[in-house]
Amino acid sequence: MAEKIIMKGNEALAEAAISAGCRHFFGYPITPQTEVAAHMAKRLPQIGGTFLQAESEIAAINMVLGAAAAGVRAMTSSSSPGVSLKSEGISYLAGCDLPCLIVNVQRGGPGLGGIQPAQSDYFHATRSTGHGDFHILVFAPATVQEMADLVAGAFSLADKYRMPAMVLADGMLGQMMEPVVLPEGDSNPPPPKPWAVNGHKNIRSHNIINSLYLEPNDLERTVVERYARYEEVKRTEQQAEEYLCSDAEIFLVSYGATSRIVKSAVVKARAEGIKAGLIRPITLFPFPDAYIDKYVGQAKVFLSVEMSMGQMIDDIRLAVNGRKPVAFFGRTGGVLPTPDEVLGKIREIAGGVK
Amino acid sequence: MATIFTRPKSIADVPFSYCPGCTHGIIHRLVAESIDELGIEGNTVGVCPVGCAVMAYDYFNCDMIQSPHGRAQALATGIKRAIPESVVFTYQGDGDLAAIGTAETVHAATRGENITVIFVNNAIYGMTGGQMAPTSLSGQVTQTTPYGRDTAIAGHPVRVCEMLATLEGVALAQRVTVESLRTVTAAKQAIKKAFTYQLEGKGYSIIEVLSICPTNWGLSTEKSLQWLRDNMIPYYPLGVFKDKYAKEGAK
Amino acid sequence: MKDPMHILIAGYGGQGILFSGKVIAYAGLIDGKEVSWLPSYGPEMRGGSANCTICLSKDPIASPYIEFPEFFVAMNQLAFNKFASTVEEGGMVVYDSAIINGATERKDMQIFGIDAVTLAEDSGLKGLANMVMTGKLFKELSFCAFDSLEKAVVKCVPEGRTQLIELNLKAIQLGIEN
Repeated sequence: MAEKIIMKGNEALAEAAISAGCRHFFGYPITPQTEVAAHMAKRLPQIGGTFLQAESEIAAINMVLGAAAAGVRAMTSSSSPGVSLKSEGISYLAGCDLPCLIVNVQRGGPGLGGIQPAQSDYFHATRSTGHGDFHILVFAPATVQEMADLVAGAFSLADKYRMPAMVLADGMLGQMMEPVVLPEGDSNPPPPKPWAVNGHKNIRSHNIINSLYLEPNDLERTVVERYARYEEVKRTEQQAEEYLCSDAEIFLVSYGATSRIVKSAVVKARAEGIKAGLIRPITLFPFPDAYIDKYVGQAKVFLSVEMSMGQMIDDIRLAVNGRKPVAFFGRTGGVLPTPDEVLGKIREIAGGVK
Repeated sequence: MATIFTRPKSIADVPFSYCPGCTHGIIHRLVAESIDELGIEGNTVGVCPVGCAVMAYDYFNCDMIQSPHGRAQALATGIKRAIPESVVFTYQGDGDLAAIGTAETVHAATRGENITVIFVNNAIYGMTGGQMAPTSLSGQVTQTTPYGRDTAIAGHPVRVCEMLATLEGVALAQRVTVESLRTVTAAKQAIKKAFTYQLEGKGYSIIEVLSICPTNWGLSTEKSLQWLRDNMIPYYPLGVFKDKYAKEGAK
Repeated sequence: MKDPMHILIAGYGGQGILFSGKVIAYAGLIDGKEVSWLPSYGPEMRGGSANCTICLSKDPIASPYIEFPEFFVAMNQLAFNKFASTVEEGGMVVYDSAIINGATERKDMQIFGIDAVTLAEDSGLKGLANMVMTGKLFKELSFCAFDSLEKAVVKCVPEGRTQLIELNLKAIQLGIEN
C-alpha cells in the first residue's frame, strides 16, 4: 500500500484526477478551490498534459466541452458562483452526451455569498445544473481520502453512461489537510470513444456532436433515451454509508463535511441511550433512496442535517414518501453546525418520539 | 469529358438551409475547397456557431461539433489542446463572434491558439430575424434599431480585424468579401492561407468575410451586393491587418 | 496525553504558521493518530494575518474547525489580542514574548512566554521563530513523541531544501531548552 501523507483536499482531488488519466484541465481562479488549479498547473506540464487558465468559467467549461468531444478525460473545477457560470456548458455537455468531471468546492450563497463552506448548491447540482431535461452524476466526499477516492469512479461512470459527473465538495474539505493514501495508476482506463470528433482519417463517415433538434419528436426521443440511461444509473449506482443503522430509530441523513459532524453527534446520542444512526449519501444523483427505503420500516423519524436551508431534505421526503416524518436541522451562509447543536436537535426529536 | 467544376469533396451533398441569395454557400465552398486542396479533411474538426450557420455540421464532411452561442473558440481551444495534430476551424457570425463571444474571441486570439477562424460579417442577426448586430452600421435600420442605429444609444460598430490585429498571438487577421468573382478569388486565397498557417503551427488566424443578408436587409441580391460595396466596405476596409509572417514588401 | 487536542497557531503570513501546523499534524500522524489541519483562507489572509487549526485525536475528527481552541500559539500581538480570549478554560497559551505584550486578565489558563524571535536570531536561525515556538509548545504540552516530531520535520521540508531540516530541528531544540 502506498504511504499515508498529509495533503489538502483540493490537492488530493487534483492528484487523483491525474491518476485517473485526466490530462486536460481548464479553470478560472476562485476561492476556496484554487489549489486544484494550482496543483494541476504544476503537475500537468510535467507529464505532457494541458493546464489552461481560461478567461472565464464560461470559457473553461466550453474548453472542457471541446476536449471531451475530442475524446479525452477533461475536467474543470470551481466554487459556487463560478459553477453558476458553467451551467450553460454543463447543459450542452449533457445534451451532447459527453463525459467530463466538474468539481464544485462549495461556498455560501446566493450571489457572491461568502467563502466559507456550504452545501447550498445541492439543488443546482442535482436538480438543475443548467436548462433542459437532464441529470449529471453527483458525488459527495466527506474526507480528504474520499476527495481522492471518488474521482476515478466519477470519470469512469461518466464515460460509461456518457454523462457529465460532478464532485460536490465544500470549502472545508477543499482547504483542510488530512492523511490520505493517494490512488495509484489508472485502474479504469477510458473506454473506446468511437463517437469522438477527432478527425475521421478517411476511414469512417464524419461524426457530429450536436444538441440541436428542430423536430420536437426527434428531441423528445433523445431525451427519453437519456432518461432510460438515468433509470439504469438510479438502479445500479447508488452509494451510501450506513453508520449504526441496524437498530436505529432516529435516522440522520447527512452528506459531505456535515456528515462528519453528524457522526460525532450520533456517537454522543448513543452514549445517552438514544438509538440514532446515520445514512450518509455518497452519490447525490443518483440519490440513495434504496438505503432510505431499507430502513423506513424501523425508523421513527428521519432528520436531514445540511449546511443549507434544507435542500437534500426534498429527496429524503420523496424516498420516505409520507411513510414517516422527516425533520430538518441546518446552518447556512458558511456556518458549520457543531456536534452539540445537532445533538440538541436529536434530543428534541427523541423526546418527541418516545 | 473533363470535369472543370464539381462539388468539393468535403461539402456534403445535402440541401442547405440558407436563404436565396445568401453568400454563406460561397463561403462554405471556399472553406471546403481549401480543406480538399490541402488534403486535411480526415484530420479536420469544424466548430459551428449559433446563428444562420448553426446546422453547418450537416454541410461539411469532416467531423463537426455544434457550439453554445459565442463559445466556438473556447471549444476549438479544447479540441486543439486535446488533439494538437488536428486541424480545427470555427465558422461564426457577427453576433456569435463579436457580441456574446467577444471574450472567447479576444482570449483565443491573444493566446495565439493555433486555429482558423472564419468570421462571417453581414451586419445583422440573420437567424433570429434581423436584429442589430455588433457590426450593424451607424444609421442601419434593423428590427431592434427601427429608427436606424443611433450610436449615442447603441454604440459603434466593432471592427474585429483591426481590434485583434493589436494582439501578439494573432498570426493573420485579414478582411475579405465575396461580392464579385475577383473578391471571391482573393477570399479563397486568404482562407487557404489561414489553414496553411495552422498546419505550419503559426498560431491564430481570422478571416473576416463581408457578407450579405438579402432577406433581413430587405434587398434583392444584386442590391445587397451594391449596399455592401457602398456602405460596408468604407467602414470595414478590405485588407490584411496583421500578417506576422508576411515576407518583407510582400504585403 | 490529552485526547483530543485542538491547537491554534496564529500570526502574520510569512512567519511559517502553516508550516508549523503541518509539522504538528504530521507528528500526530506518525504517532498513529487521526489528524486534521485547517488554514484561514481568502480575504482573511489578505491583511497579512494567517492562522491554522490542528486537531490530533484517537477518534475520527468530526470537524477541523475549532471555535474555542485548548492550545494557542501566538506569533504576533494582533493574534494574541484576537484569540487569547477564545482559549478554553484550563487551556494554554504560548506566545513570543520578544514581540508580544502577554498581559491578560485571564487566570483560568496556563500562559508561557518565550523570546522566540530574538532566540532564533541570536542563534543564526533568523526566520525560524515558528519552530522555536513549536519546540516550546512541545515542551509544555508534549503533543507527540519527540522522535515523531523529528520525523515530521523531515517530511515537511520540501525536497531540494534538505539543508533546512537541521536548522528547523535546532530551532525546535532552542524552544525546548528555553
